[in-house]
Amino acid sequence: MTMTRNLIALSLAAGVAIAALPAAAQEAAPPSPPRLTWSFSGPFGMYDQAQLQRGFKIYREVCSNCHSMNFVAFRNLAEAGGPGFSEAQAAAVAAEYKIKDIDDKGQPIERAGRPADYFPSPFPNAEAAAATYGVAPPDMSTLAKARGYTRGFPWFIFDMFSQYQELGPDYIHAILTGYEDAPKGFKLPDGGHYNKYFPGHNIAMPPPLQDGQVKYDDGTPETVDQYAKDAAAFLMWAAEPKLDQRHRTGFQVLIFLIVLSGLMYFTKKKVWHEAEAPREAAHGQDPAKTTL
Amino acid sequence: MSGHSTYQPQNGFMKWLEMRLPIGGLIHSSFVAYPTPRNLNYWWTFGGILSFMLGVQIITGVVLAMHYTPNVDLAFKSVEMIMRDVNYGWLLRYTHATGASMFFLAVYIHMFRGIYYGSYKAPREVLWILGVIIYLLMMATGFMGYVLVWGQMSFWAATVITNLFSALPGVGETIVTWLWGGYAVGNPTLNRFFSLHYLLPFVIAGVVVLHVWALHVAGQNNPTGIEPKSDKDTVPFTPYATVKDGFAIAVFCILFAWFVFYLPNYLIHPDNYIPANPAVTPSEIVPEWYYLPFYAILRSIPDKLAGVVALFSSILILAFLPWLDTSRVRSGRYRPLFKQFFWLWIIACIGLGWLGSKPPEGVYVVLSRLFTAYYFGFFIIILPLLGIFEKTKPLPNSISDSVLKAKA
Repeated sequence: MTMTRNLIALSLAAGVAIAALPAAAQEAAPPSPPRLTWSFSGPFGMYDQAQLQRGFKIYREVCSNCHSMNFVAFRNLAEAGGPGFSEAQAAAVAAEYKIKDIDDKGQPIERAGRPADYFPSPFPNAEAAAATYGVAPPDMSTLAKARGYTRGFPWFIFDMFSQYQELGPDYIHAILTGYEDAPKGFKLPDGGHYNKYFPGHNIAMPPPLQDGQVKYDDGTPETVDQYAKDAAAFLMWAAEPKLDQRHRTGFQVLIFLIVLSGLMYFTKKKVWHEAEAPREAAHGQDPAKTTL
Repeated sequence: MSGHSTYQPQNGFMKWLEMRLPIGGLIHSSFVAYPTPRNLNYWWTFGGILSFMLGVQIITGVVLAMHYTPNVDLAFKSVEMIMRDVNYGWLLRYTHATGASMFFLAVYIHMFRGIYYGSYKAPREVLWILGVIIYLLMMATGFMGYVLVWGQMSFWAATVITNLFSALPGVGETIVTWLWGGYAVGNPTLNRFFSLHYLLPFVIAGVVVLHVWALHVAGQNNPTGIEPKSDKDTVPFTPYATVKDGFAIAVFCILFAWFVFYLPNYLIHPDNYIPANPAVTPSEIVPEWYYLPFYAILRSIPDKLAGVVALFSSILILAFLPWLDTSRVRSGRYRPLFKQFFWLWIIACIGLGWLGSKPPEGVYVVLSRLFTAYYFGFFIIILPLLGIFEKTKPLPNSISDSVLKAKA
């Protein structure tokens, strides 16, 4: 008990001590991306199928011109917890892509994609990818988990309880909507683009999205902001395709563990009853004189 | 594991076996009849939690190894394929990755408990030193496991940590080349790290057996720090300790599951989802949270060799703790001054952890140096002197006395 109380006091003391520190070593850190609401956040969060489909449309029509997505296969589009394509639809998408292969005589050919194929890269190699903008556009398979921003003290502690995990999608949305004119006095190198949220503000990627650029059939607004949200959600799915299953399993596991802990607690209480509340003490006798 | 066993085999087969291999008696005297102090609090359940975590890590690790490929071109991809295509592969991998953090969380609580209650003092010095060895092995295993993912942080952590040895005068460069198996971190490095990452957990398990053996010879310490004097000071391990440890493990699993299912990437640096690229240095190279205090100590010292020496000393000094603490009173409960210095030391450890994640500049360097000085001062100045000057509180007559007084 004392140790518990001490621990609480300690963490409070440490908290005050650290919070009182001057914010040292402030470099020109970009502003934190605005925090959005995502359908897949929180313990019961699930992907929004329609949003993933819209996001896929943006990926296919815009992103995939430069970005590869090596670990995602066409069959994944039809898997549970994804954009909800039927197997036939996934096969149809695959068939629109040309896949490099060799025929049975060993000659290089290009054939129509099959569901088992992975999304082909837009460039034959990293050098070709880097040729246009100076740096190779990053692969998009894990991009939503490979990006984030520093939360800092004390926010990273609160995040443990609020389960804030969507730093990646928030960052991607911020980048896609963060293009603006460079402020006066900011020296933008040739070929660079000013982005409010990019570390250092000089991003090689030109603004990829314009209002109305991608047609939506479901009446969703065709704005850059909406495109950015849908693309970020799709990239989160590409990086974490088993999120729905994880959240569902997690809830079942937690319920089981809480019930198990409860049962263990009462079992422990029963087993320890005699040792913790010995009859002699319970009857108000002087413990020193008992024979316990 | 010691003394005469009171085990009475119940059926014919066990009687037959006991004549030939007294394993029933060994298990009975170690985990059933073994007397455990009746006043242990929940801080003592972390030994059981750690055994459980070692089991979790070995089982998930063995299955992960069935799907993992230790090759610089395939490692990152094989981890991603485990997450995507292996049935419940995401669960295996997140359990293993989060499990490492939980393992370290539990071991830190276990160590802090040992220090607070003086569990390292005679006759438990060997028990304590075995614990320090386990901790060192855990650090090596955890580090190499992190490298196996072969993301950007894996690669650059491997580069930074192995380069520490280059600070050794004369032989440094040779040792580093030997560790790498080449002239840079590359495929041979990844291969040997995989081999050792698979080997070391079983070495840990072996040292754990020695640790438990030493524990059962010396007997457990307890919050009063006085030895059990009679049967009424103890309860049998089963059912008392087993059910209590079981409850603690179940509660610990709730925390574990919280991270595995809802925050699996909270403890993983985003850069480690970028495949390793020797040509691109990340903007910051930070180790896993459980190494941060040592990283802060390393960086708080301007000289590279001195920093490396300080880093290793900060861990090795723990092995000398039984002789650095000169107090005759074991438990911090009866040591009013020690208690205050102890909590300051905890603040220093947590503070160093926070500073390890900050860039080494400005006020952070000053604070790192202050905390580092206190970290070492606690061991080599405060503890030896406290034993001489501290006026301790009176000890209870016996364990049962202190229990009954608290209840009455």
